[in-house]
Amino acid sequence: MSRRVMWILAGGGLLLLALPWLAQAMDESYLTTTVTRVMILAIAAVSLDLIVGYGAMVSFGHAAFFGLGAYVAAILSHHFHLGDALLGLPYGIGGSNELLLVMLLAMLVAAVVAALTGLISLRTQGIHFIMITLAFAQMLFYLFVSLDVYGGEDGLVMSGRNHLPGIDTADDNQFYYVCLLALLLYVFLARRLVNSPFGRVIRGSKSNPRRMQALGYQTYWYRLVAYVIAATGAALAGVLMANMNEFVDPGLFSWQLSGELLVMVILGGLGTIYGAVIGASVFLLLEILLSAYTEHWMFFLGPFLVLVVIYARHGLFGLLQNRARRND
Amino acid sequence: MTEPVLQTRDLSKSYAGLQANRNIHLQLQRGEIHALIGPNGAGKSTLIGQLAGEIKPTSGQIFFKGRDITTSAGHARAHLGLSRSFQVTSVFDDMTVLENLALAVQAHDRHSFRFFSRVSQNRRFNRPACELARQFGLEQYHAVLAGELGHGEKRQLEIAMTLAGNPEVILLDEPMAGIGPGGTAELIRLLDGLRGQVSMLLVEHDVQAVFALADRISVLVYGEIIATGSVEEIRANPQVQQAYLGDAC
Repeated sequence: MSRRVMWILAGGGLLLLALPWLAQAMDESYLTTTVTRVMILAIAAVSLDLIVGYGAMVSFGHAAFFGLGAYVAAILSHHFHLGDALLGLPYGIGGSNELLLVMLLAMLVAAVVAALTGLISLRTQGIHFIMITLAFAQMLFYLFVSLDVYGGEDGLVMSGRNHLPGIDTADDNQFYYVCLLALLLYVFLARRLVNSPFGRVIRGSKSNPRRMQALGYQTYWYRLVAYVIAATGAALAGVLMANMNEFVDPGLFSWQLSGELLVMVILGGLGTIYGAVIGASVFLLLEILLSAYTEHWMFFLGPFLVLVVIYARHGLFGLLQNRARRND
Repeated sequence: MTEPVLQTRDLSKSYAGLQANRNIHLQLQRGEIHALIGPNGAGKSTLIGQLAGEIKPTSGQIFFKGRDITTSAGHARAHLGLSRSFQVTSVFDDMTVLENLALAVQAHDRHSFRFFSRVSQNRRFNRPACELARQFGLEQYHAVLAGELGHGEKRQLEIAMTLAGNPEVILLDEPMAGIGPGGTAELIRLLDGLRGQVSMLLVEHDVQAVFALADRISVLVYGEIIATGSVEEIRANPQVQQAYLGDAC
């Protein structure tokens, strides 16, 4: 990566660091929660980029894991505040309000579901993979719609955010920094992952699976593990989203959200990690700006996407890199 | 004669009634370069596919180092030391030459579930990869994307990757396909340099290359091996002349 792009990324990071302070100075405190939402969805987009961008596993059901993470947080909080056990089991596990524990459990649940659905989904490729991941996500969507104990269609309200030692998560500014730290850590880990021996196997399996087999790789298992890792990332983002809104509903599983996550990744540039963050930011800011003028904001976002896909094959981050290369 | 490193017994494959090959008895001796020739559609690629584990034989057996590998998967055979190259160049176009080779070396690690270390700085992968690049005259292309290589260099990379992990047998599916006379001469020199180091089953149309390299030749016609012998024996065989060489002359 060129030095110029590094500077731009560092500048973006610095801006994020100073944002709550700036928002307060400008007396526009809603900016803080808006950007918190952007950062949370950016984590989900980055996790999707791991499989779509690096492994060509185009999942159209990534929101399923986002929703699962969110519901794990909300359900655990629900039982924590009721003081009863999960599923009404006499000696069952109770709820929890500890953010870190909730995150861990949410990632675990997502990992198990991803492993089971991935075992089947990953036997297919291309359009079939898209359809089967969509089908699994829709199954979860309808499961939670019909789950009346946890609010069904109406969703479930959380009585306050989860607890994190030493931090007042109810404070929007402090919660903002929790999410920022989560995003930075996640981007760092994702970059390490794609540049690791495992990451190279995933890239190779995307580019030439037949050769990978001939070289001695059992690509199926590597792809499955990548799928599981991506799911845990989405679950992590889901936990944060549930905490931010203090509310979850089955819409978190919707195929619209899965589609939006895909758009973010493609818009920002597939297979770059940073691109997913940029894509999520630009997508959500455009949504906010355009929806201020018209409720048909999608109508204007569409042509923009078409232009990016046609003229910037490697997305907005690719555009940034090319400009930097030309100027260097 | 010592036991062959790779041999088949009664190996057959039929597709929905169409017999691709029949009762193949092939013996690859340790250290030899064994050429497999035959007209188009004789079943050469099917045989390579069966040996590499991509195509399941209808009947018969395959033995590698005395071990029955008929039902082993392709990736398992690669780990045993049976490696293949492809007729249509099959490298990772979006990776550099060095990355291609390092990935081939990495395949021989016990597993690649390593999520945190930087693979580009892994000397255990890079050192053998550099050595292969040097051996195949690809040093000056280390950082070049494989997709941007010339056809001849791509073929060299294709074969260099086959040699990662020091296999005992390599199956080369038409390594000379599509390269010019200069490239062919270079590749013959490279393959000749591997003589003794690795046993080779060489499927090739280029007669000049076959005669220059082969210790023995097997001739496959209509899915059956009609003759096996030294270069001189095969040249003198009237059956072969009629079925195969005759066509060309």
